Amino acid sequence: MSQTAQSQNLPAAVKERSPFISALVDFWKAFRKNKPAIIGAVIVFFFILLAVFANIIAPQGINNQNINIRLEPPSAQHWLGTDSFGRDIFSRIVFGARLSLRVGFFAVIGSIIFGTFLGVIAGYFGKVIDTVISRFFDILLAFPSILLSIAIVSILGPSLNNALVAIAIVNIPVFGRLVRSRVLTVKEEEYIMAARSIGMGNTRIIFNHILPNSFAPIIVQGTLNIATAILDAAGLGFLGMGAQPPQPEWGTMLSDSRQYITDAPWTVLFPGLAIILVVIGFNLMGDGLRDALDPRMKN
Amino acid sequence: MLSYSIKRVLMLIPVLLGMTLIVFAIIHAIPGNPALTILGTKATPEAIQNLNRSLGLDQPWYIQYFTYLKHILSGDLGTSIQTNTPIANQIWPHLAATIELSFVAMIIAVVVGINAGIISAWKKNSVLDYTAMIVALIGVSMPIFWLGLLEQWAFSVKLNWLPSIGRMDIISNVQPITNLYLIDTLLEGQLDQFWMVLRHLILPSIALATIPTAIIARMTRSSMLEVLKSDYIRTAKAKGQRMFWIVYKYALKNAFIPILTVIGLQTGLLLGGAILTETIFGWPGIGLYIYNAIQYRDYPVIQSGILVIAFIFVMVNFIVDLLYGLIDPRIKYR
Repeated sequence: MSQTAQSQNLPAAVKERSPFISALVDFWKAFRKNKPAIIGAVIVFFFILLAVFANIIAPQGINNQNINIRLEPPSAQHWLGTDSFGRDIFSRIVFGARLSLRVGFFAVIGSIIFGTFLGVIAGYFGKVIDTVISRFFDILLAFPSILLSIAIVSILGPSLNNALVAIAIVNIPVFGRLVRSRVLTVKEEEYIMAARSIGMGNTRIIFNHILPNSFAPIIVQGTLNIATAILDAAGLGFLGMGAQPPQPEWGTMLSDSRQYITDAPWTVLFPGLAIILVVIGFNLMGDGLRDALDPRMKN
Repeated sequence: MLSYSIKRVLMLIPVLLGMTLIVFAIIHAIPGNPALTILGTKATPEAIQNLNRSLGLDQPWYIQYFTYLKHILSGDLGTSIQTNTPIANQIWPHLAATIELSFVAMIIAVVVGINAGIISAWKKNSVLDYTAMIVALIGVSMPIFWLGLLEQWAFSVKLNWLPSIGRMDIISNVQPITNLYLIDTLLEGQLDQFWMVLRHLILPSIALATIPTAIIARMTRSSMLEVLKSDYIRTAKAKGQRMFWIVYKYALKNAFIPILTVIGLQTGLLLGGAILTETIFGWPGIGLYIYNAIQYRDYPVIQSGILVIAFIFVMVNFIVDLLYGLIDPRIKYR
């Protein structure tokens, strides 16, 4: 049967698919086969729901103090117990999802914007610009990430937003290097040469051809980095350099409760479990996205 | 090999200079007057002027940077604002404590991680494999400060098996020779003290080793799975070699390059993670030293602590790069 005859037999919906929709359908087919990735996506979706509907889901306010019920174990009234101020831990964890996800998403978006900008410039224009930007990445990567974050927060002052900025800065070289290497590969492709030969400008080439081709690894790395950003934000919060009390950020909650671990271990247990669960979710989802979108990254 | 090493050293120079520039910038990036920030709003103008002079803040920035660089090259890391003593004199005992802790944590991570990864790859898709990989996934997703707190609660408070705080018992008297207490107690021939120091190391080093162990296990598994598919492994099996020897003698050697890279990179995680672990366990290492300096806004100590850790991290990765060729002679240095 000829190709024309074959295409005539295809359902109308399939024939009319744009390349983007086709890519999405292919991605979904690959992604849904990966059970751990689906579990990860469900966990992430669950926490997003918690964050969005925190006002409805949380049974009590985050700062409703009642000294008479301080350090109460989990019960029907307080599912995860109460903390040293008599505040409901479940409600605080639900609202804490908002803070942790906010830091995770926005820190990574910031890193992606600046990292992509620098990576594209370095990879596309090469020569001295590439050397300078690549050395800048090397220098930033020479510092352990949490330490560089601490240094930045010690300059800006402790707060959740400054922790977000610090985590974003620290992750810039991760995306910068990724995009640079992608640009170096893509810019040698024949269609880029063709685009250049018909007089297409650098900006159009970058936005129409180079960036779309770098999209998949950025999405994968971004998802995995949200997990580390949440862990780093919790670490900074624990050290008193991130969110400040009474904000219900999970790391800050752990720091506030550590002295009560002997008498009320649930005050430490549940915020930690929340961190682990959401980080596992992003890690599983990131691995699944990698396998579906860009299996080369596995190596 | 020699020319590669020289090239690699030359490549280190801009990175090291850049590191000093970033660390130097810490104090200058403080919004407003750094001296006022350090001393607080109640500081007198004289005190602010004196601190500006002692930190060299009254000079143009490039002169300050070159002076800073000159001092670092001569081993002068500045003076602590809090204690008014040279940082270079204070830093070694803290650094030694962190090195000892990180070293033990790395041994745990390498031994447990590599073996877990090997068993996972060897028994692919078995219960052992799934268990190891689920544990590894939880390991990479776990905040180490949370694990540290739970360890203290379980093994110190509830079971009373291990000490939860510090490097040694309050009443003990380990004589610092190298400041690496495991070595010092052995040099002194005090085995009971050695055991006491080791007991203090167990909980913090396990907490610190968790993430690197998990990452090394995952990397070893994927690396071993690749190698176990090779023709020479099939040949070894066909010749009737025992699987244990095939895995540990032949496969591991070829799977080791990516594992070594991960080990090098994990050093940064260990040194960075030390600040969290040391804060929880009251471990008097460089992480706690920096943490305390942050509380007192002792910026020269923050600068020097971060610089020293970054320097060690860069040097470890430099050594790892050089080791590639020794482990795998097929690698050509260009």
